[in-house]
Amino acid sequence: MTVVTDIKRKQDLCRDVAETSGVKKMSELLKISGLHASIDADGTPKEILRGVDLVIPPGEVHAIMGPNGCGKSTLSYVLAGREEYEVTAGSVSFIGRDLLAMEPEERAAAGLFLAFQSPVELPGVNNANFLRTAVNAVRRARGETELDAVGFLKAVRAATKNLSMSDDMLKRNVNVGFSGGEKKRNEVLQMTMLQPKLAILDETDSGLDVDALRIVAEGVRNLRSPDFSALVITHHQRLLDYLGPDRIHVMAKGRIVRSGGPELAKQIDVEGYASFLAEAA
Amino acid sequence: MNAIAPAGRSLAPFETRLAGLHDSQRKAAAGDLARVGLPGPRIEAWHYTNLRALSAHSFTEPDARFDEQAAHAALEALFPKGSALEKLPRLVLVNGHLAAGLSASAASLPAGVSCLSFASSPEFGTLAAPQRDPLVALNTALASDGVRLSVASGVNAGQIVLVSLALSSSGTVSFHPRHSVALGAEASLTLIEIAAGDDVSDPYFHNPVLTCSVAEKAHFEHVKLQREAGDAIHLATVYADIASHATYESFVLGLGAALARHEVHAGLSGTHAAVHVNGAQLLGDAQVGDITSVIMHGAPDCISRQTVRNVLTDRARAVFQGKVLVERVAQKTDGYQMNQALLLSPGAEIDAKPELEIYADDVRCSHGATVGALDEEQLFYLRSRGIADAHARRILVEAFLIEVTELVQNEAARDFLDGELARALVKRVTTGENLS
Amino acid sequence: MPAVTETREQVEKLGQSSYKWGFETDIEMDFAPKGLNEDTIRLISARKEEPEWLLDWRLAAFRAWQTMTEPTWAKVTYPPIDYQDAHYYAAPKKKPGPKSLEEVDPELLRTYEKLGIPLHEQALLVGVEVPEGEEARLPVAVDAVFDSVSVATTFRKTLSEAGVIFCPISEAVRDHPDLVRKYLGSVVPAGDNFYAALNAAVFTDGSFVFVPKGVRCPMELSTYFRINARNTGQFERTLIIVEDGASVSYLEGCTAPMRDENQLHAAVVELVAMEDAAIKYSTVQNWYPGDENGLGGIYNFVTKRGACRGARAKISWTQVETGSAITWKYPSCILQGEGSVGEFYSVAVTNNHQQADTGTKMIHIGRNTRSTIIAKTISAGQSDSTYRGLVRMMPKASGARNFTQCDSLLIGDRCGAHTVPYIENRNMSARIEHEATTSKISEDQMFYCRQRGLSEEDAVGLIVNGFCKDVLRELPMEFAVEAQKLLQISLEGSVG
Repeated sequence: MTVVTDIKRKQDLCRDVAETSGVKKMSELLKISGLHASIDADGTPKEILRGVDLVIPPGEVHAIMGPNGCGKSTLSYVLAGREEYEVTAGSVSFIGRDLLAMEPEERAAAGLFLAFQSPVELPGVNNANFLRTAVNAVRRARGETELDAVGFLKAVRAATKNLSMSDDMLKRNVNVGFSGGEKKRNEVLQMTMLQPKLAILDETDSGLDVDALRIVAEGVRNLRSPDFSALVITHHQRLLDYLGPDRIHVMAKGRIVRSGGPELAKQIDVEGYASFLAEAA
Repeated sequence: MNAIAPAGRSLAPFETRLAGLHDSQRKAAAGDLARVGLPGPRIEAWHYTNLRALSAHSFTEPDARFDEQAAHAALEALFPKGSALEKLPRLVLVNGHLAAGLSASAASLPAGVSCLSFASSPEFGTLAAPQRDPLVALNTALASDGVRLSVASGVNAGQIVLVSLALSSSGTVSFHPRHSVALGAEASLTLIEIAAGDDVSDPYFHNPVLTCSVAEKAHFEHVKLQREAGDAIHLATVYADIASHATYESFVLGLGAALARHEVHAGLSGTHAAVHVNGAQLLGDAQVGDITSVIMHGAPDCISRQTVRNVLTDRARAVFQGKVLVERVAQKTDGYQMNQALLLSPGAEIDAKPELEIYADDVRCSHGATVGALDEEQLFYLRSRGIADAHARRILVEAFLIEVTELVQNEAARDFLDGELARALVKRVTTGENLS
Repeated sequence: MPAVTETREQVEKLGQSSYKWGFETDIEMDFAPKGLNEDTIRLISARKEEPEWLLDWRLAAFRAWQTMTEPTWAKVTYPPIDYQDAHYYAAPKKKPGPKSLEEVDPELLRTYEKLGIPLHEQALLVGVEVPEGEEARLPVAVDAVFDSVSVATTFRKTLSEAGVIFCPISEAVRDHPDLVRKYLGSVVPAGDNFYAALNAAVFTDGSFVFVPKGVRCPMELSTYFRINARNTGQFERTLIIVEDGASVSYLEGCTAPMRDENQLHAAVVELVAMEDAAIKYSTVQNWYPGDENGLGGIYNFVTKRGACRGARAKISWTQVETGSAITWKYPSCILQGEGSVGEFYSVAVTNNHQQADTGTKMIHIGRNTRSTIIAKTISAGQSDSTYRGLVRMMPKASGARNFTQCDSLLIGDRCGAHTVPYIENRNMSARIEHEATTSKISEDQMFYCRQRGLSEEDAVGLIVNGFCKDVLRELPMEFAVEAQKLLQISLEGSVG
């Protein structure tokens, strides 16, 4: 597991830098407390999140695992501000602000990024144009100067090279006719360019072959710093092997039922979710 | 709009009969008709189908008596021994009059199914409005008979065959049967309607109106074969109202008549209702065949599907008009329509007008249309395998049409249509000579 | 506020919250008295010093018009128009030609400035001499039609060196009478339809283009149409003739001041393309659409038709229709020459109470003729937009092909979008393919864009722009920019 050791070392280094540089370290980048959310199912609300509690400190990578239908994707949508879901109770703070009061684009500007499980197609919308529009919208909101065409191209070419993406993908329309792997890489490219504080990766590893998985994981690892956290939703041990998460949370029936270190993921790999489901019941 | 309504066609062919009406409802309908006349070519809905053929005759009321032997022979030809529909309960009209002697008795119909004759208890209902539709007005004024079927809630009525037989009568006649079908909640019925008039040499005019009301969760499949005589005019109108979670499946196969139109108005009035309006025509000589539909989405979450295929030989002309109207309330509508045509001879013509009229924003509606000739590559492939040209053409045309008849759910009805189609193919798709 | 509602409002804003071309220019005008009769027509003809044959042609059209009724088949409604309650001739008062910009009516100059025509080009527009060499930097020749009269045409010299005639049609009547007489009304006959007959009777000006055999027109030709005076109709007539192997790209832009009464615009455009000729005709129509309550706006009743007379001729119509209270317009192609090609690319945006009934007719007469129709309809507010198109394959059109794609986008639940294609095939080897879809901007798409930091307004702009891309890419560069601005979009194509 050289990969993991590498990350650990880098992380430790980062922590040292953060601590020694005297920056006041916030202990909670994201804090979710007692979050309940439901969706309208044919006129009647169906509760999906039933009291989620979760804290992610800056610089850490957390993973959420759990059986299908446990509410993992719902949690990511609620955090990103999807309006079909109604939050019925609880609170979420992000960099000390009330996340639930913010519009989706404000959350993006504040540094929350969601890598979608199945990114939607935008016919006729040029990928590079979309990316530059997004980057500059976010930079504007953060009070940074906008990138001109040249500056943008330089940045995006560097990023695509790191992700083994061809420039050709920039000329195509957003996600239109992309293979599963291309879509996921495109999500990671956007993440790289938007420089979020928290990236939520919703099953970004699903449907990827080993090589694509490594490239995607590499993209996430490149971002690791004291100012970058990630919440990884996954079913698979393999992505976690690459990323080296700090904490693992098991979700069942709309709640986090167990949290622990990386060893928890290995336990699930061997035993499945049965015992956790029993806990949730 | 800034227009004066264009003058319609003259009512001369029906003048005496329209003048002799007594019943107030019929008189009102005749009045509606007198105001607008029969539809002329400037009426948008009749842009492609010209009713000038109607003006060539004076249509009299047919005699109620008929040649029983001829009727039996015609029915035996339609339903030979051992054929798919032979044993099914059957209701038979001859020249527009319900023939009790040829029809299943009330007692022999499945429990929960009632059948009245329109003549004995006339009832027009409200679905087909004479004010809006001149052909409905004509039917309302002159309707003499028809069947009124109803299926009680929860009853599966199986299959019922409705035959409208034209037999030689005195001179040029017209008949205007008025049928209605009402399905209670969760009831189901397959109605197999046949309009046939093989041996009639005089022109005649068949102008049926069928109204269908399909209650919640009911399922109504309506399969129709139109095989009128070569000089006949067949103008049929169907109005259907489909309630919540109910389904109306309609299929028409048009083979006969000099001039024919099958027009369906299907209103989806409850949520999660579905309608399928499918059809096919195989026409030759100088036939004109028109399939027209208006599907009205009046409630959310409904589905409509439409597939129509036309095959044309000689100087035949087919018309397809399909309008999908989505009202403002009908959010989450899912509408799809496809019409395709094969032109097999230089004189043939297809006119199509698929139309979307949409007032709700959260909808998915689409339509497609293709028109072309047989695929030369496919034809060559078959011939290179030793199949003669005409036979190869027939195989390809049959394949094209059978893809639509496959949409008929009821197996007996489907087999019946496929048999009729096979016979028509032999007649219409013969040598390459009349084709290309 | 739910996302959908906000989106709708953004788009409503996007359409015409500020119709920034709604200024009015105060210039001394020469009007004909209100009303329409043979005397009005004689007056127009006399003012324009026209030959007898043209007056006769006008009078015949007027007599035909009097027997006709307004077409009612389009899906548009409006109160009856009083054709006697308008001026049929309005022109800036004639003065001797200006020698320098200082001598030009400053109001007229300001108008062009507001229209966004660059200053040196303005100099040309008003007829000021420009030093040699200056012209070469400017890519577009402009003919400006102000109310009923062409006020200036630029680049005459460069064009005439190439053999191209580009001038006001009134001038062409004087200087090239044989050409005008041969082709005027040959594509859209004087009695073709109600509005075309009206136009033939009272047209006051418009552009004339003649590109001789083998000449590729060295620059884009452009006309700005502007209605300015009150109570005037504008009835311009454009005639473009392109001979064997020649080609031209022609651009047309339209604006009008904000008025609370409706104004009538009934133009006719005729295109003639001979063997191997190509005409590209692009329009950005931004007539005043009326206010958010449906008050005012232009009635745009236009007949545009092109004839591909020779083999392999090609006529391509591209239109971006964002203005007008009512649009009634079907730019068409008569594909007569063997292998000739017709194209129609259209974006129609309606908002508030606008109504548009627009589309095309592709009449395939010759063998192996081909046509393509791409129509994008966007409806917002309480507007109604209809695509109406005819594809007709005549018996001799063997091997002819048509492909049609119509897509509608609805924004909000108070508008309507309709598709009415007429498909007629009388040749067994001709092939027609037609596809149409209606949808809205999906919530998934909106959320995806907003998650990436885009405001709703930007997200809608981006998605709408993507929806229209297949049409916008057909526009010449000069117009693409204006059209993109009109659709509020950003930096398409910056990469690549």
